[in-house]
Amino acid sequence: MSGRKTLRTDVAIVGGGIVGASAALALRRMGIGVVLLERDLCGSRSSGVNYGGVRRQGRPVSQLPLAQRAHRIWGNLRETIGTDGEYLRSGHFKIARSEADMASLERYRAQSRDFDLGLELISDARLRERCPWLGTRAVGGSLCAEDGQANPRLVSPAFALAAQRAGAQIFERHKVDEVAHDGQAFILRSGNALEVHAPALLNCAGAWAGPIATEFGEEVPLQSGHPAMAVTEPLPFFMNWSLGVEGGGIYCRQVARGNLVLGGGGKGIALDADRARSDRDAIASLSVQAIELLPALRHAHFIRTWSGTEGYLPDRQPVLGPSRTTPGLFHGFGFSGAGFQIGPAAGEVLAELVRDGRSSTPIDAFSIERFFPEETTTSPP
Amino acid sequence: MTAPSSFSALQPVVVGAGPAGVRAAQALVAHGLRPVVIDEASRAGGQIYRRPPSSLAERSANVLYGFEARRADAVHTAFDALRERIDYRADSLVWNAQGGRLDVLHGPTRSTSSVPYGQLIVATGATDRVLPVPGWTLPGVYTLGGAQVALKFQGCAIGQRVVFMGTGPLLYLVAYQYAKAGAKVAAVLDTSRLADQLAATPAMLRQPAVFAKGVYYVAWLRAHGVALHGGVRPLRVLGDATENRVAGVAWHDGQEERTLACDAVGFGYALRSETQLADLLGCRFEFAPLHRAHLPVRDAAGRSSVRGVYLAGDGAGIMGADAAEWAGERAALALLADGGAAIDAARAAMLERKLHKLGAFRQGLERAFPVPHDWAAHAPDELVVCRCENITAGTLRQTVAENGADEMNRLKALSRVGMGRCQGRMCGVAAAEILAHATGQPVQQVGRLRGQAPIKPIPIHLANTAPSTEGAGA
Repeated sequence: MSGRKTLRTDVAIVGGGIVGASAALALRRMGIGVVLLERDLCGSRSSGVNYGGVRRQGRPVSQLPLAQRAHRIWGNLRETIGTDGEYLRSGHFKIARSEADMASLERYRAQSRDFDLGLELISDARLRERCPWLGTRAVGGSLCAEDGQANPRLVSPAFALAAQRAGAQIFERHKVDEVAHDGQAFILRSGNALEVHAPALLNCAGAWAGPIATEFGEEVPLQSGHPAMAVTEPLPFFMNWSLGVEGGGIYCRQVARGNLVLGGGGKGIALDADRARSDRDAIASLSVQAIELLPALRHAHFIRTWSGTEGYLPDRQPVLGPSRTTPGLFHGFGFSGAGFQIGPAAGEVLAELVRDGRSSTPIDAFSIERFFPEETTTSPP
Repeated sequence: MTAPSSFSALQPVVVGAGPAGVRAAQALVAHGLRPVVIDEASRAGGQIYRRPPSSLAERSANVLYGFEARRADAVHTAFDALRERIDYRADSLVWNAQGGRLDVLHGPTRSTSSVPYGQLIVATGATDRVLPVPGWTLPGVYTLGGAQVALKFQGCAIGQRVVFMGTGPLLYLVAYQYAKAGAKVAAVLDTSRLADQLAATPAMLRQPAVFAKGVYYVAWLRAHGVALHGGVRPLRVLGDATENRVAGVAWHDGQEERTLACDAVGFGYALRSETQLADLLGCRFEFAPLHRAHLPVRDAAGRSSVRGVYLAGDGAGIMGADAAEWAGERAALALLADGGAAIDAARAAMLERKLHKLGAFRQGLERAFPVPHDWAAHAPDELVVCRCENITAGTLRQTVAENGADEMNRLKALSRVGMGRCQGRMCGVAAAEILAHATGQPVQQVGRLRGQAPIKPIPIHLANTAPSTEGAGA
């Protein structure tokens, strides 16, 4: 159609979240051509509105190689993307509310021993001494001193900007309406504005990745989830650690200027396919748990709540790796509410897959094959 | 009259008890309903007809409201007559809306409730439209509305020697009220020019009585020796370094910089609508050029884009107190008709005609007192735009230049503007002007900040809104 711009490149990426943007950056550093299409603004969806936990502790052991790789990227964040994004290795403390929780944290420390997370179990008197601000419900916890927090509003868009500076062509507000393969290359169309031809395609479309996978015969049970998030007014700084709770529930951190960011505690509600907000009952649940964990919050105010749209898979593991049907197609989606820390490593892995056909980081647990146990891999078309 | 049986089993809810909310409630009561009226203030009347606390010795309506005394009295009297026939919740902040229920924080009792509604009239009113000037965060600087509240509610002036600055009809009204109350008004500095007012005169004559009041205020101020300067560009509020408060103002009069000593400043550029509740309710918004703002869409009767939600008064577009009364009643009639009640169609049509006619007058007002469209061009980099987060105009421009922000929510995410306690209610207008100017877009293109609960900060321990669903059942 007239007026439509056609671009030919090496790799087309759908989705400008932290995974797609870091893949674009990694590819450019390898000298590979990249066009990235983002339906809205890069880093404006779940990558940009999540809690901002940058934690390895508590992840399934299968994710730890990826998380370790990401940990090294985070350690060089400023060099990598040109900003620190308020990233701090402030420590992540996972709270136990019972002896059973403590035992579970001990088991996790044993399971993750090969990964050098440096987990330190703290309980009883030492707990009260280290964190007098903790409520009495906490009996102990596990500290990962090298885990921390960052500001997703700043970090995720910065990955896209860095990729752009490195030469990636990034098209924001370009929703992909059609994706196909003509036997030679993938063809992506965005309205009447843009058509992209590329021999490789990265599906990094987060909660919106399902239709692209389905287009290539790989329907997966991807569902949207909406975390409930809230933030308080600035309070005198008292807490360095980012907090989580064993068994799930609330998570909470205090940023340098004093606001406490809280999340979890239930679900948000979808307003439409693109937008969500915190649910009333989820805010209520957050408030109860927050006061229980941190009694000092009792008289603080919530000034804002929000939510976002995240892609969840039933086993809470992402799909990361090659398509089972289509050579040149690679998936990186479904991070199930835990993609912020490992996102930059997932991006590097995708870039390696494009260039080398394999990744130096084990990703077998994230294969899309797991959703097709009965079938054998078909040969490429 | 009684409500028809087909009516929603829930009481209708009116949010706001200014002129729009009171007239809406009155019309509902007249048709046999018993609405819940939720009012953030402790006494009905809204901002315009705000009543002093009942503990203060009553001052006469004439003293408090001047020319508006008769209207203020009428609204108060109408409300007082309704008092036993409505469920009135004073000191009550609606902080969230979701799934057919409003979450309400009751100030004095420090309690919360969840109020279900079948139909809802949103009459949330307005606050000052603020375009800051360097020095505006000094103690002693107030918005025009704030200055007026001090006078009407607290019975005190913001200073001994006050400068009023900005533009809009409120500028002269407040100056007049202050001078009448015995304060020394050092000057009125209007960014619009006499030529603007002259050009707008034909349209303003659509409402001769209102126009005459405006002319009267100006003449009265002049007759009482108050210096009136038009076509000014405010430069800064001067601070007294030793006492850290206002010492004067500086402005540019077209030829040269001028200064004047004072101990307080009231400033503002007319009003902006409080739209967060409409936003949380899911109402569709559109840019309204007349108001230079994105506003919830309403039809001539006040129906929003959401079934069962009606919009009335300044909360959906600044039209003034008289229009708010008509719009409140009209929205209530729409609510009643939509619920199957018999209404007086002639009355409804008459109200719509009056509202329509006022539209031309409002165009005149905007022409007479235009927002200074070049404000952003002159705002210096060090000017604090967002005082909750201490974000300057320079930071906003840098965010545009370095990160490519071209839309309000992006600007917020990257710079923190509008992320503080006010959630953009105070700084949003100015930030949008800066963003539009820095990106070379018209202001409607930069969009608007998405509304997010809570509408105003709520104590965490009260966010756990137990579903004590009072107000259910008519």
